[in-house]
Amino acid sequence: MNIVMAIIVVAVLGGIFGFGLSFAEKRLAVKKDPKVLALEPIMPGINCGVCGYAGCAAYAAAVALGEAPIGLCSPGGPDLVAKMAEIMGEKVDASGETRRKVAHVMCRGNVEVSSKGYEYEGLEDCNAAFLLFGGDYSCKTACLHLGSCIKVCPTDAISRDAEGYIIVDEQKCISCEKCVQICPTGVMHMIYEDSEYAIECNSHEPGGKVRKVCTVGCIGCKICENKYPESGCSVDKFLATFDQTSPHSQIADAAEACPTKCIIKR
Amino acid sequence: MQRIPTFSKGGVHPDDRKVYSRSAAIERLPMPSELIVALSQHLGAPAKALKAKGDTVMKGEKIGEASGFISSDVHSPVSGSIKEIRKVTLANSVQCDAFVIVPDEVQPADPEETVDWQSLDGSELLSSIKDMGIVGMGGATFPAHVKFSIPKDKKVDSFVVNGVECEPYLTADYRIMLEKGEQALEGAMIVAKIVKAERVIVGVEMNKPDCIDHLKEIVKEKGYPIEIVGLKMKYPQGDEKQLLKAILNREIPSGKLPLDVGAVVSNIGTCNAIYEAIVLKKSLYERVISVTGECIANPKNVLAPVGTKMSDLLDFCGGFSKEPEKLISGGPMMGFSFFDTETPMTKGSSGLLALGAQKKYRSTACLNCGRCVAACPIALMPAKLYRYISNGEYEEAMNTSLMDCKECGCCAYVCPAHLPLVHTMKTGKKLGRKKK
Repeated sequence: MNIVMAIIVVAVLGGIFGFGLSFAEKRLAVKKDPKVLALEPIMPGINCGVCGYAGCAAYAAAVALGEAPIGLCSPGGPDLVAKMAEIMGEKVDASGETRRKVAHVMCRGNVEVSSKGYEYEGLEDCNAAFLLFGGDYSCKTACLHLGSCIKVCPTDAISRDAEGYIIVDEQKCISCEKCVQICPTGVMHMIYEDSEYAIECNSHEPGGKVRKVCTVGCIGCKICENKYPESGCSVDKFLATFDQTSPHSQIADAAEACPTKCIIKR
Repeated sequence: MQRIPTFSKGGVHPDDRKVYSRSAAIERLPMPSELIVALSQHLGAPAKALKAKGDTVMKGEKIGEASGFISSDVHSPVSGSIKEIRKVTLANSVQCDAFVIVPDEVQPADPEETVDWQSLDGSELLSSIKDMGIVGMGGATFPAHVKFSIPKDKKVDSFVVNGVECEPYLTADYRIMLEKGEQALEGAMIVAKIVKAERVIVGVEMNKPDCIDHLKEIVKEKGYPIEIVGLKMKYPQGDEKQLLKAILNREIPSGKLPLDVGAVVSNIGTCNAIYEAIVLKKSLYERVISVTGECIANPKNVLAPVGTKMSDLLDFCGGFSKEPEKLISGGPMMGFSFFDTETPMTKGSSGLLALGAQKKYRSTACLNCGRCVAACPIALMPAKLYRYISNGEYEEAMNTSLMDCKECGCCAYVCPAHLPLVHTMKTGKKLGRKKK
């Protein structure tokens, strides 16, 4: 008898609550902006915060309200911009950048090839080391190898290789530029993913000064630019840069001729 | 029994190690062959260069002009010619332009005439302090004329002179009190006139009983209305917040200045510099620096021109007796370690230490023992801040009063896990400011 009573009571209570909940769902529902509902699923969903908002949902809401412009989401890239523009009914200039950018460490310095000013024993954090004379390397724009970028990367794309160099997994990189922002020496650059070569040096110091502190730095000798006009390299302020879009048929020769071998095939 | 005053919260008791240089009288450094006079020797905007390469300068001539509200003039310590202007990195990692001055062989003698400061009024005294480039000589190098400009709505009743020198090793202020006590106390009277303070109090730690006696004698002899107070030894008593708590029992609220509680605090070395600036018309171009530590052959207190290279100071003190592990500009608790002996000293360099190898400890995880909380003189929670900063939560750290931290080093000194707490705070402050 008792068990029957219990079943009846629970069943009646369940019925009342069920009815109440279904009523609340229908009648008390908060109306969400259909634009937000449409935007939310297409966001990358990694909540990296590069757009300046707390996460993907917050950015979607801000866009739907018209508070934020489309195109702040770098992980989403041009595809997302197109989709968002369609939902928002806006026209975006489609001729813009469509090549993907990835983070890259522009330094091949290490303990063997670069000179050090002192022995650093402090906190394992690049910004902490940078407080003391801009890091232990004599070159003040070098990679400090302490891995602040590894800590901030939201997709674990950055790691150390066996030799201690900081490497970026370009498949995982979402171009959020968090590592670029945290890096105190500015050695982390965003480069085009399709670039075949990169000039892995970050020093704008004149050649003599670079030579004194590092054997693999760009000395701004302009051999790549002058001897190989088709190399796609140009030198500005004693530092060469490589541009994939300009004619670059001679880049392999230029890399061979580079006296400090800082033109690296990726 | 009368209680010896000190501040109440936190603090540590490091071994004072002043024995190396405390008995060495102040000696004047023979003129170095080259001086590197930096344009940023003070807190605030660097001075603007008034001279160019190749110009000749006179001793005491103004060569850099204050370029902002918080900024200070820079003067040439010698007569000579400017060899070049180059970028230098100072011991505290500040990069700025500096004059490289080659001194003439014959230097002019110091003028002997003196000025009667009693005949000048407060604003005249203040403007001559500004013209003479006086900055706080305890190490923070805050421009003195800014500190002594009292806003109209504030009233100052006490002027506290900091003769504490709580940092281990350093003896520069100690020697100034013993050898130039008359000057320093007269300087204190000048400041008291500028800020219109009724009470002038000099705080000296009890490890310098000879200073206390000496200063008391001078006060009695000259009839100055100055109180000399002996303080219990505790680091960081030389900080203005702790000193005011110890002497006047007043607490400075977070983000406020001593002015807000009706007091002005200044270092005894600054008072001496003010006396020299006003009475002897000598701009701030030389200071006393303690060259000391286990690895210095003959530790000394040296009166050296600003811009002297550390290597010249080391040579004067007989070089190293053994290979040092660490070179520090300033005191061991708050000073800056540096590596290049060509680094020039500045107006704020109170010491040059060469310390020997210490037993090295590996940092372990935080034990949550709370010793850092007990040691922090301004009641912060260093372990909590450390956790926030090492997890990249800079905003949280800022909300937990990170900016009140004055990097005194008590927390790191007591930490049984040997965490680099001060370094973390500095990093957190830098990144937190950047985020804002």
